[in-house]
Amino acid sequence: MYDIRESLTAHTVEEALSLLSTHEGMIPAAGGTDILIKVRERKLKAVSLVSILGIPELNTISMGEDGSICIGPVCCFTRITEDPLIMENVPMLGEACRQIGSPQIRNVATIGGNICNGAVSADSVTPLYALDAILTLRSVKGERCIPIREFHTGPGKTVRNPDELLTMIRIPKESFAKHGSCYIKFGQRKAMEIATLGCAVNVSLSEDKTKICSAAIAYGVAAPTPVRCTETETLLTGMTIGPELFKTAREHVTAELQPRDSWRASKELRIQLIKELVVRALKSAVIRAGGEVD
Amino acid sequence: MQVVHFYVNGKPKELAVQDGEVLTDTLRNQLGLTSVKKGCEVGECGACTVLIDGHAQNSCLFLTTWAEGKHILTVEGLRSGCGELHPVQQAFIDEAAVQCGFCTPGFIMTGVELVNSGKKYTREELREAISGHLCRCTGYENILRALEKVVGIKS
Amino acid sequence: MGIRQNAKRVDAFQKVTGEAKYVEDLIPRDALYVKIVHSTIANGFVKSIDTSEAEKAPGVEMVLTCFDVPKHCYITAGHPLSLDPAHEDVKDKHILTSHVRYYGDDVAAVVADTPLHAQLAAELVRVEYEEHKPLLTPGDAINAPDVLHDIRPNNELSRMDFTIKDGKPTFGTAEFSTAPEIAGRADLVGEQFHTPPVNAVHLENHSCFAYMDGRKIVVYTCNQAPHTVRRNTANALGIPVGDVRVVKPYLGGGFGNKQDTVYEPLVALLTQRLGGRCVAHICTREETFINTRTRHAFDMNIVSQPDKDGKLLKKAVRINSNGGSYAAHGHAITAFAVTTYFQTYIAQDEQIGESSCAYTNLPTAAAMRGYGIPQIVYAMECQMDDVAREHGWDPIEFRRKNMHREGFVDPFSGFVVKSFGLDDCIQKGCELSNWKQKRAEYDAFNKTSKDLKKGLGMGLFAYKISVWPLSIENAACRIIMNEDGTAQIHIGAIELGQGADTAWAQIASEILTIPENRLTVISTQDTDIAPYDNGAYASRQTYVCGGAVRKAAEQMRDKLLDRASKLKNVPADDLCLDSEKIVTKSTGATVASIAEICAHYNFFNDGFTDTEHLTSEATYTLHDASFAYGVSFVDLEVDVPLGKVNLKKVWAVHDSGTLINPQLAEAQVHGGLVMGLGYALSEQMLFDPKTGKPLNNNLLDYKIPTAMDVPEIEVHFIETYEPSGPFGNKGLAEPPILAQAPAVRNAILHATGVPLYEIPMTPQRLVHAFRAAGLIED
Repeated sequence: MYDIRESLTAHTVEEALSLLSTHEGMIPAAGGTDILIKVRERKLKAVSLVSILGIPELNTISMGEDGSICIGPVCCFTRITEDPLIMENVPMLGEACRQIGSPQIRNVATIGGNICNGAVSADSVTPLYALDAILTLRSVKGERCIPIREFHTGPGKTVRNPDELLTMIRIPKESFAKHGSCYIKFGQRKAMEIATLGCAVNVSLSEDKTKICSAAIAYGVAAPTPVRCTETETLLTGMTIGPELFKTAREHVTAELQPRDSWRASKELRIQLIKELVVRALKSAVIRAGGEVD
Repeated sequence: MQVVHFYVNGKPKELAVQDGEVLTDTLRNQLGLTSVKKGCEVGECGACTVLIDGHAQNSCLFLTTWAEGKHILTVEGLRSGCGELHPVQQAFIDEAAVQCGFCTPGFIMTGVELVNSGKKYTREELREAISGHLCRCTGYENILRALEKVVGIKS
Repeated sequence: MGIRQNAKRVDAFQKVTGEAKYVEDLIPRDALYVKIVHSTIANGFVKSIDTSEAEKAPGVEMVLTCFDVPKHCYITAGHPLSLDPAHEDVKDKHILTSHVRYYGDDVAAVVADTPLHAQLAAELVRVEYEEHKPLLTPGDAINAPDVLHDIRPNNELSRMDFTIKDGKPTFGTAEFSTAPEIAGRADLVGEQFHTPPVNAVHLENHSCFAYMDGRKIVVYTCNQAPHTVRRNTANALGIPVGDVRVVKPYLGGGFGNKQDTVYEPLVALLTQRLGGRCVAHICTREETFINTRTRHAFDMNIVSQPDKDGKLLKKAVRINSNGGSYAAHGHAITAFAVTTYFQTYIAQDEQIGESSCAYTNLPTAAAMRGYGIPQIVYAMECQMDDVAREHGWDPIEFRRKNMHREGFVDPFSGFVVKSFGLDDCIQKGCELSNWKQKRAEYDAFNKTSKDLKKGLGMGLFAYKISVWPLSIENAACRIIMNEDGTAQIHIGAIELGQGADTAWAQIASEILTIPENRLTVISTQDTDIAPYDNGAYASRQTYVCGGAVRKAAEQMRDKLLDRASKLKNVPADDLCLDSEKIVTKSTGATVASIAEICAHYNFFNDGFTDTEHLTSEATYTLHDASFAYGVSFVDLEVDVPLGKVNLKKVWAVHDSGTLINPQLAEAQVHGGLVMGLGYALSEQMLFDPKTGKPLNNNLLDYKIPTAMDVPEIEVHFIETYEPSGPFGNKGLAEPPILAQAPAVRNAILHATGVPLYEIPMTPQRLVHAFRAAGLIED
């Protein structure tokens, strides 16, 4: 038995928005796997929940007219992992989603929940940072679109207003067309694990596949929110693929991050992971973009 | 309190539940389906796994009110009308995949989902498929052997 | 079917169908629920408790505080009663305590109509503390001015110190020390090893409930030693043992952690105070981690000095064991560990052991699979590899030169080794792992490979089975025949997952020739019905309790032959059992079926003959012990820059004597082996060093292996015949865990050349060590 005052179910987005606007403190629940744990841990008391899991329009994956990939927020991770559109165009996202929790969790936990929960370790979020995803937030008052890179403001904190619902996650075509990407999750176990560190790299190459055209490097659990290493990205842009490229990435990323000591991992380990993972993810992303590394 | 209508082991049920009631408790306390075990209550052990509309889920992280209209399957619903064991259950017996038995019903439900998928799995894929269940007695070895007997196997 | 067969588990059907009921499945509908108020400090005193808000909360029936419980202390260890006061367990526990000794100690309890109401009300209990600095290590605690228990003013629960000369120990008393020198001697400076506290992580959390039946308190609990819980609970409440009835239904794993008395006295007291109403307490997973038992953390300082030919001359060890907040088994485990160090390898000149167990402000440590031996075997086997490496010897040859053989007399208990399969286990392990060739191959590979290293390592153990002569080793069994030749078998010892019920059925079947599916081993122990037993521990179930089953079955066999002889007028000494019949040895002719004899003696009615319900009951006492042996060979790769160990394959070879059920024996090894891999690589209980607050008491942050973390495993047995076992068998429950951590560590040493002295060997520890060794550069 959970300390829940009210559990309501919305069948349409409008119904959910209306409940969020009229019931103060009401929290949207999708898969519920994070929120119920918070209720059990007494971080939330006597809460009111509105389930949005059964809203069909939030449970779609499609390609927009502009070629972008549109993911409904209540798509569960299993669905994303198995979706051909995702695996063909943004396999990094599918692979990241496959490493979350366990199969039973992935059968119900959703990508929207992962984003809105605001955890720095969220495995689907770091790749979305590297893919420059755009989030659509709706309330009864209207709709706004914001880059995911502006969504998280601190551990567990986001810019979503209590009456707003995340209704769409859009990955622009220019983020994935002719790109190669890779997400590496580092955890102690191979399953049922929270990331000690996550690194996502997304690159495009020159026509002859010898130079970096664009690079996006994102980290989870390396700062209070998921982050991009924009200065390193700029340095890498235009570089020839080779030892110097990987050395540059390795040497510069740490300056943009704030790894800390905690009982989960020492700062020394985190710094080593930060350096090592960016090289491995970058190599793999380059190969996927059609480049060669030795 | 709300009235929830759903199907449990093939039978329609209409139950009054409190808003905060979790599916594990409804199945155990209202319906007596005690094969659904409580090992952590936060989705980390898999002992409470049931099939919801055919998919393995942790019933400890699912409010009963969310089960409206859904089909729930537990180990108690697996045996045929004449009491014969489901092939997954029989395989667990034959391969000595059962020790203390506390995690067993959950594993069996995931096994049933895998069998029903009709898909083939390598041993590594089977390891991934059962990775949401913790077992402290078997080292998973005989559970894998049991599943390999009944789930279509990729060679 | 009988022994040496792969009989299917007698409880498997119940467990795959969900019919098997565990404690929580049996809580009556009208039960009340307890929520315990746990301390939010690790050391200090409760100054006052304000329960007024909690008492007004919905559904609350009672709030009991540490000021409302019996004033006397009781024993919690799941040990047999010792009639010798010198060996009696320590009485240091109250049902609730005002003297807080660990973060999460039990200071009050709220009883309400639902678990949620109890929880919400427990949050309203206001406790005021006098806070003391937590003493978290033996070094902090021993001789500190802050006394944790008045019975041990220096916070040292126990010591065992000795020297062994000519195979005989001489006991003395040393001073607590953390110095590098053992016994203050400059020639005995050892290597320091550390092992952390870990948790058993049985899938079923601790659960119990109690209600009253007349004057009697009935306690349902998932406990491995029901008769001892009964005694401890009776003592805690100050009532006769006969006024407590303990029932143990199906049990979801224990591994020693359910050997002790935990919350049974609390629910018993509450039902007594609430007019006999049923009161249930179910630990959350978080509570199971902290409020039950852990494995002792050991600081070990050890010395193994060989001569130039590789024969050990001197061995010395100092164990400083972290016993945590209450005594439980601390004294016994530390003693078992320090003595075991001198049982596997024998030094010719000098052997010195020192050990101490401290009271500290950590959760209580007690029994867990291996009882102190996973720690000492880890340190000992690491050192054997280190010494061999230092001298350029093959680590296996070095071991072989020094390990005991058949005929060895244990210096402490005096028993003689009568079955010895260790040499063959090693041989088999070498063959399976292709030891020599693969070690050479990997050496060559590692010379040129910088980031990926490969290693093959091994470890071995000798593990004493049975607790004789320190404690009594006895067990009892009762067999009740039915009129159709079927039977019930009552055993005081318990099934907790290991397969004991099945082994006992096979033993009874072997003697009585009745197939297992016509025998019922009563899996529920009800102390009002079940014959006495000490409990499921020390890998004794088949070895000792199996002896009781054998004895009761032999009595029943003799009774059946005697009655058949009288009824059919055939000499009893010419009769034997065969396929549920009494037949003559001389001609093989059938005299009667077992069923006929049972029915006749129970129901024969000629107006005057006395009838007889055929039963047998036996208490078996073992005055002996044996060593189980085994090896582990581990093949792995190390991803150096990430500090990650990728296990490729583990081979385990065991000598547990003659196997009663080979399939279940293999399954037992699988589970213990994987628990050992978790101990090696990922498991540790973490506490805030300033406050003693637990940091990772959940299944996400405390990392037991998932199916994806387990490598390919292969198990073999070297079957010997152990004369002290009922059918040549020894024990197997604990041994599989023992050699894994050192085998993994020695494989990492082989791969990287970096010796590690602390488990678990997490990526963090490896990265730190590799950076220090220059394997990882900035």
